[in-house]
Amino acid sequence: MAQILEFEKPIFNLKEKIKELKSFTENSEIDLKDEIQTLEERLEKLEEDIYGNLKPWNRVQMARHPDRPTTLDYVERLFEDFIEFHGDRFFGEDEAIVSGIAYYKNQPVTVIGHQRGKDTKENIQRNFGMPHPEGYRKALRHMKQAEKFHRPIITFIDTKGAYPGKAAEERGQSEAIAKNLMEMAGLTVPIVCIVIGEGGSGGALGIGVGNHVHMLENATYSVISPEGAASILWKDAGEAQRAAESMQITAPDLKKLDVIDQVIPEPKGGAHRDIDAQAAFIDRVLEKSLNELNKLSPEDIVEERWQKYKKIGSFQTV
Amino acid sequence: MPLKDFFGKRKKYASIPSEKAKVDVPEGLMQKCDNCKQIYYRKEIIKSLYVCPNCGYHHPMTAWARIESLFDEGTFEEWDAGLTSANPLDFPDYENKIKKDRQKTDLNEGVVTGTGAINDNKIAFAVMDSHFRMGSMGSAIGEKITRAIEKARKESIPFVIFTASGGARMQEGLLSLMQMAKTSFAVKRFRDSGNLMISVMTHPTTGGVSASFASIGDYNFAEPGALIGFAGRRIIEQTIREKLPNDFQTAEFQLAHGQVDKVIHRHDMKTTLGKILSLHADGR
Repeated sequence: MAQILEFEKPIFNLKEKIKELKSFTENSEIDLKDEIQTLEERLEKLEEDIYGNLKPWNRVQMARHPDRPTTLDYVERLFEDFIEFHGDRFFGEDEAIVSGIAYYKNQPVTVIGHQRGKDTKENIQRNFGMPHPEGYRKALRHMKQAEKFHRPIITFIDTKGAYPGKAAEERGQSEAIAKNLMEMAGLTVPIVCIVIGEGGSGGALGIGVGNHVHMLENATYSVISPEGAASILWKDAGEAQRAAESMQITAPDLKKLDVIDQVIPEPKGGAHRDIDAQAAFIDRVLEKSLNELNKLSPEDIVEERWQKYKKIGSFQTV
Repeated sequence: MPLKDFFGKRKKYASIPSEKAKVDVPEGLMQKCDNCKQIYYRKEIIKSLYVCPNCGYHHPMTAWARIESLFDEGTFEEWDAGLTSANPLDFPDYENKIKKDRQKTDLNEGVVTGTGAINDNKIAFAVMDSHFRMGSMGSAIGEKITRAIEKARKESIPFVIFTASGGARMQEGLLSLMQMAKTSFAVKRFRDSGNLMISVMTHPTTGGVSASFASIGDYNFAEPGALIGFAGRRIIEQTIREKLPNDFQTAEFQLAHGQVDKVIHRHDMKTTLGKILSLHADGR
């Protein structure tokens, strides 16, 4: 049973009540069919009310949900013959990023994504999905290979951020991310990026420069964590909810700002409630993106990407 | 118009950034070193390009002081001077903060772009100024830098950037993060066209700026003592529960870890850049 978030408790309380009534009906003479039907109608409306009106902070909670599906959950559902490859060839292997080749609807592709762990042990092994420079360098090595063999690149973004550690700094975290931004800019194969959970700042962008950038409905993408912003702006990390609202970090907000291409819907209650259904929603959008981009020449792929990023920003002249 | 008159009129280097210094000593006459606390005549410290004559500490420079220290007389020309931030997210109090910094600094944004010559080498440039919103990068800065790089590409002249920034500008949310991608894209186009890009990281160059254009020049230089890094010291210390060494993330630390090509003293900046630019011009 997935962990229930505070704001969705009324739904689960009502579900529980319906379950009780149903089992009561089964074991007794009294017919409660009408009552059950009324409650079920009320449940539907309640779900609509709650899940249809999620506040930015509710989405942050969804994006951080411990059971939220990770990159590999989607990889096994969307691709065939995925083979993972390791190492950056300079320093080491970073399991916070997974990377490999696979088929997507009979087309060879390169798949790269941040990878969180499912439990404490795996989280330690994968550093909670927060990459070191070698993770970004491994990703770049595989992206260059994708370009050489004319394979589209699909990336899954799901990280709190690049790891803020001593070793990461010593090995050039900044340079690793910067280089990825620059090199992804020039790749002559299609790049489709999908934010599936938390998109944490430069650590997310380091594998996130794409022709198309899509976001799951309850994913977030932010320049700084709401807690970080709150502690800088208002000297109080407790103001995180306010920061989450002010910074417009949800998929619908970012679609409005024209920073992302498409919002990918989630099953009722979030991606973790039905991973297969979620994968199917992603599938539909990914297929459309690749169909469009596969038609472009290598030059047009780069040009299309440049036109996209060139126009991002809002400023004025005085 | 000669460069001197230009600055004379606008009084671009009239005040020194340190809030402390403003309180401690009478404005305009004396200046206290932020590092060793020695007191000097302002004239003296301006003449030494804000490098402390005693301890060698490199105080942050305003964009205008930097420009004056670099370019041959009469060669400076500014681009996109009027470009400034909007408030795309309707972020509370953001416009007010921009307005205040525009008054305080006599800049419209945290970067000045344009063209000028360094010892007869014509270049396009961007000079960031940390006195304007900590040099944080929003859309306006991203746009100015992108335009400057594109113009340099079209004119086929080198591009030199002096970075000084605390990172991305929170009040513009993801739009500011995307400026990292946009500017890096421009750098890619520029470098692929066979042109020379030099990045000089000055105090401080951190976060989103260090993780984009600052780190991807053909050469990446740094001023002595400059703070350069991705994550903030406090965050790292909290994460790894360990006290970091004093020199952590300094220019010298980055040099020792292979992250910068050279640390250049401010007094040698113009000469060194001039030599590098000349050498590349001769190679073409």
